[in-house]
Amino acid sequence: MDQSFWTYFFVIGTFATYIGIAIWTRAGSTREFYVAGHDVNPVVNGMATAADWMSAASFLSMAGLIAFLGYGGSVYLMGWTGGYVLLALLLAPFLREFGKFTVPDFVGDRYYSSLARVIAVVCALFVSFTYIAGQMKGVGVAFSGFLGVDFNVGILIGMAIVFVYAVLGGMKGITYTQVAQYIVLIFAYTVPAIFMSIAITGSPVPQFGFIGNAAGTDVAMLEKLNTVVTNLGFTQYTQTTKSTLDVFCITAALMFGTAGLPHVIIRFFTVSSAQNARKSAGWALLFIACLYTVAPAVGAFARLNFIDTVNEATYIGDNENYEQRSADIIARGGKPVPVWYKDWEKTGLLKYDDKNGDGMMQYRGPNAPDGVANEVVPNRDIFVLANPQIAQLPAWVVGLVVAGGLAAALSTAAGLLMVISSAISHDLCKRTFMPGLSERQEMVIARVAAAGAVICAGLLGIYATQLPFVAQVVAFAFGLAAASLFPIIFLGIFWKLMNREGAISAMLVGLISTFSYIYYFKFGGGSSEQWFLGVSPEGIGFVFMWLSSAVGIVVSLATAPPPQEIQDLVEDIRIPGTRSAHGMAEGGMAPGE
Amino acid sequence: MNTTNKLDAKAYWKATIRLTISLLVVWFLASYGAGILFRDALDSFSIGGAPLGFWFAQNGAIYIFLILIVVYCRKMTQLEKQFGVKG
Repeated sequence: MDQSFWTYFFVIGTFATYIGIAIWTRAGSTREFYVAGHDVNPVVNGMATAADWMSAASFLSMAGLIAFLGYGGSVYLMGWTGGYVLLALLLAPFLREFGKFTVPDFVGDRYYSSLARVIAVVCALFVSFTYIAGQMKGVGVAFSGFLGVDFNVGILIGMAIVFVYAVLGGMKGITYTQVAQYIVLIFAYTVPAIFMSIAITGSPVPQFGFIGNAAGTDVAMLEKLNTVVTNLGFTQYTQTTKSTLDVFCITAALMFGTAGLPHVIIRFFTVSSAQNARKSAGWALLFIACLYTVAPAVGAFARLNFIDTVNEATYIGDNENYEQRSADIIARGGKPVPVWYKDWEKTGLLKYDDKNGDGMMQYRGPNAPDGVANEVVPNRDIFVLANPQIAQLPAWVVGLVVAGGLAAALSTAAGLLMVISSAISHDLCKRTFMPGLSERQEMVIARVAAAGAVICAGLLGIYATQLPFVAQVVAFAFGLAAASLFPIIFLGIFWKLMNREGAISAMLVGLISTFSYIYYFKFGGGSSEQWFLGVSPEGIGFVFMWLSSAVGIVVSLATAPPPQEIQDLVEDIRIPGTRSAHGMAEGGMAPGE
Repeated sequence: MNTTNKLDAKAYWKATIRLTISLLVVWFLASYGAGILFRDALDSFSIGGAPLGFWFAQNGAIYIFLILIVVYCRKMTQLEKQFGVKG
């Protein structure tokens, strides 16, 4: 069985499963469409949240980024898991007690203002579209690297699949497909990691291999890696060139951003009570940790394997016969460029430039002790996908990893589509502009909006190919969520006196400041010497989060306090069971309605 | 509008806040503390073959986060029982 057989086998098999689940779990009402009927089991929701949350960035990009950033990659590991502590302790149970369907629902009711709701919709749409572009790019990378399909055609196939189950099944369909996708992606991630861990460290548990010795020696694997990379002129693997403040801010922006992401928050509306929302956050983090504690090991192994197979290999051009030349090179005691490299070179994601004209591939860092210039430039997004080939694992593992990458990207894309469609059909149409809509009409609008969002997302994916790495595109969404959504949700629960004026000004300050900063430095030509306090655009969301909170608090104190019934509402959502006892946490009623 | 006794609700909220703050202190120390601010100091120790601060940043903090949520769920269930909140 060759590799493309297995790839088609896993990809078609998993896609058929997702569609089967979607047909089986069709949504019949708006409650089912938006929140899967409010009765998802906390363990099931935890697993769905894990798949919802772990995107193409986590699956495809993160280990590759860690491989090249070393300690600097820790920002993603801590940032994307620590946010769950904030979610569990500060947001999820209270938002569930509040009930309703969406984040703008909460903002609109808590701040008794349609304007606040509309601004929250804008924030949610902004965050979700930024994020979804990254997912579509991941789908394109997976398809173009393996199935010999054009990047854009790959995106179209992905969109067609998501279209079927998101539009048909709504949140209910998405929940159960996400469970299936979690199982696919966690197998796809850990199986190659176990193989690599055995080969490099001799331990079958990657978490132990990570802190263990290199196989057959008494040198720690990380120490060996440090020696290898410093000899080539890179920074030590366990160190970073980023400042401590910047590492701190990026980690924090990712953490608070995670807690403020609408597509993660809405998953906690699907369980039956505040208590189950807390439990669900714990299960979600457990399922996420299964991947996140393996990722740093994968990163370290990938870096070692890459250097081992590529550095000082003899290049073979496209016009030469690969088999013949590589046999020649091996016979002369040399190392030919590996097959996986030639495969991936076609995608344009690996570049080789023979600067010294010796036909060998020198891979070097900026401070190479031997003064040789670097000739190989890898795109970090390919590593997880290429790892099984680099480590020469069986062909079926490669197929499994491709299916896993697609599962990660599609599950997140589906969750984001729910946010986009509910923001339009529920928050804008039903709650703001057309309160007279019947449930049936609202469902039609929700499905049309989901379909429209699928098309927009596909176009974004196609035109986003020139954007930087998947994980970095996604990092913007976090800054925006941290600065605009997190503060007003948090203050809305923990500070009774936060009022309409405060919330509106806080959201606007957070959104505008973070967007301008990121835009200026990423697309507007700003240089890193101009960074505010030396904080990079990835971390600025954390700084502006404080600014927007401060503005919100000052404005709230300077204007009239919220009406008594809103203050009562806040007291109620703090005590689990109060609102559900009144039947308020179930339906679409605003306080006083 | 509360169905529970007013006094119980107040005491419950106070206890919840106290628990939340103490867990967040641990959350901060495990990630920003051990993994970032005091990393250099911790790196002089090691766990297996990894410098301790580096390990916290890449693996250890995640385990602590998980423990924190489990503790929070347990304690909150206890608090709810203690103050007669339905949960």
